[in-house]
Amino acid sequence: MLHRFSKFLAGCTVLLILAGSLVTSNDAGLSVPDWPTSYGWNMFTFPPSMWVANILYEHGHRLIASSVGFLTIIMAVWLWFAEPRRWLRWFGVAALGAVIAQGVLGGLTVLFFLPAAISTAHAGLAEIFFCMTVAIALFTSPRWTAAPANPVDDAMLRRVATATTAAIYTQILLGATMRHTGAGLAIPDFPWMFGHVIPDHWSSAIAIHFSHRMGALVVTLAVLATSARVWYHNHHYGGRGELTRPATLIVALVATQVTLGALTVLTQRNVWINSVHVVVGALVLATSLVISLRAWRVSIAERGLRTAESAIPARPSIRNPQSAIRNSGARA
Amino acid sequence: MLRNAWVGVLGLALAASVVACGGGSSDAGKPAESAAASAAGGGQKVDPTTAGSVKGMVTVDGAVPKNEPIKMNADPVCVKENTSPQFQETYEVGADGKSLGNVFVYVKDGLGNYSYDPPTGEAQIDQKNCRYHPHVFGMRVGQTLTIVNSDPTLHNIHAMPKGNQEFNNGQPIQGMKMTHVFSAKEVMVPFKCDVHGWMNAYVGVLDHPYFATSDKDGKFDISNLPPGTYTLEAWHEKLGTATQSVTIGAKESKDVTFTFKAPAATTTN
Repeated sequence: MLHRFSKFLAGCTVLLILAGSLVTSNDAGLSVPDWPTSYGWNMFTFPPSMWVANILYEHGHRLIASSVGFLTIIMAVWLWFAEPRRWLRWFGVAALGAVIAQGVLGGLTVLFFLPAAISTAHAGLAEIFFCMTVAIALFTSPRWTAAPANPVDDAMLRRVATATTAAIYTQILLGATMRHTGAGLAIPDFPWMFGHVIPDHWSSAIAIHFSHRMGALVVTLAVLATSARVWYHNHHYGGRGELTRPATLIVALVATQVTLGALTVLTQRNVWINSVHVVVGALVLATSLVISLRAWRVSIAERGLRTAESAIPARPSIRNPQSAIRNSGARA
Repeated sequence: MLRNAWVGVLGLALAASVVACGGGSSDAGKPAESAAASAAGGGQKVDPTTAGSVKGMVTVDGAVPKNEPIKMNADPVCVKENTSPQFQETYEVGADGKSLGNVFVYVKDGLGNYSYDPPTGEAQIDQKNCRYHPHVFGMRVGQTLTIVNSDPTLHNIHAMPKGNQEFNNGQPIQGMKMTHVFSAKEVMVPFKCDVHGWMNAYVGVLDHPYFATSDKDGKFDISNLPPGTYTLEAWHEKLGTATQSVTIGAKESKDVTFTFKAPAATTTN
């Protein structure tokens, strides 16, 4: 039940990210000039008849954010009283702290007229909070708590997947910086850049935009490397559905994301394309995080962090590919 | 320990909110008199018996792009108030196809050390029919700007100056008024309504009274100007600025024409 609830919270957070990206895409961030009130009303009593034009996006974002905050409180309390793993209980508290900080950042960026630093931090923390909800959903899943018959223990995969996740997060921060410094169309053509492979002139906005495009290249290669490693692992050891599914999904998501990024430029930042680009970016990050955490699962368990699993008899894990092949053959 | 953490988080949030509220305040509370006094300067008064004037016209050379259409359907009130197709006010071109309105013309340089009477009366900007009225105007440093919402819908008035204090205030109720005083000269201060993205206006804030906005026939008139040689500047929101020098003798009136070059465009107004 807690697992289902945490999945629901993660889903709501996706909706919240979409709502936030619609605020920026519609340039609606200051359409409600006060915070935490809305035009002097309590946020929850602000009359719906007044949710006109851009207010709909900003006020809607605040209401969804409040709902997510409320759900996070429930989840943190639930974890605190029902979860045997101490570290996970505190992780729930940390998620609650993150969503509170996120709300404060959202308010500050309104009150200070959307400074790029605060708005970018708001976007960056949103992704971290989303990752925390996804991680909680993963940690509370039956598959995570049950000991797998053939756990993955691939140091290379751990390194590649973790580096990929870090690269995706960095790329999202670059995108948020681009978005909040108004550099989204600093390079107005695609795939060329001012008709060249490399821009023939530079400014800070062009440099930020260029970095985001280069970041997309790095992330694409990193994701392909991670997926290739997962499929390599699956080919040799088999039974890696918990990794091959997200590894396939993330390739599809990255292809979608690159297409959306190109269309964002080509459509002169169409509101919905631009906003969905932000959401798919978050989904790429979350998928990479899932791959990374599943790759790290054995290592986490061995360090005694999963108290629930400690009661389950340990099963042999695959450390050496050659021995794994032999073991696999022996079992067959 | 958890309790302490909670207290810390709440305290941080409260402190941040207090700081933020301070950061978002405007100059509206500043005494207009002190700002006006500082704007007046300590030099000699302008002698009205020798003062002249600059009259003139602003024109555009070539066909300007068609003003962007506005979709107001996000707010039913705006739709109801505007039954005909609506367009941006970027290019206010007269019937002759040349005269250009909404151009702010002012004395940029050459005034020396004159002192001026404090501004009398208030400048006003009204949010009516989901537009700002006027779209381009001028006012004095220290003068009170009254901001009115005449619409039966919400507006926020968001000033985005570079040299003055930025402010963003909501006016959710029809008939609401607020005032603001700019403390430093600045050409131009943009206004926008973040609720209705098409609403924008510009105000030129000066420490002297020699400014005007061209009307729909492109005409402007700057009077009571002391004899001297001045740099006049004309500012347009899209076409940029144009300057020229003019020398005014005692009781002399000079005609000046500013001509902006139209940008290349495929469609015409």
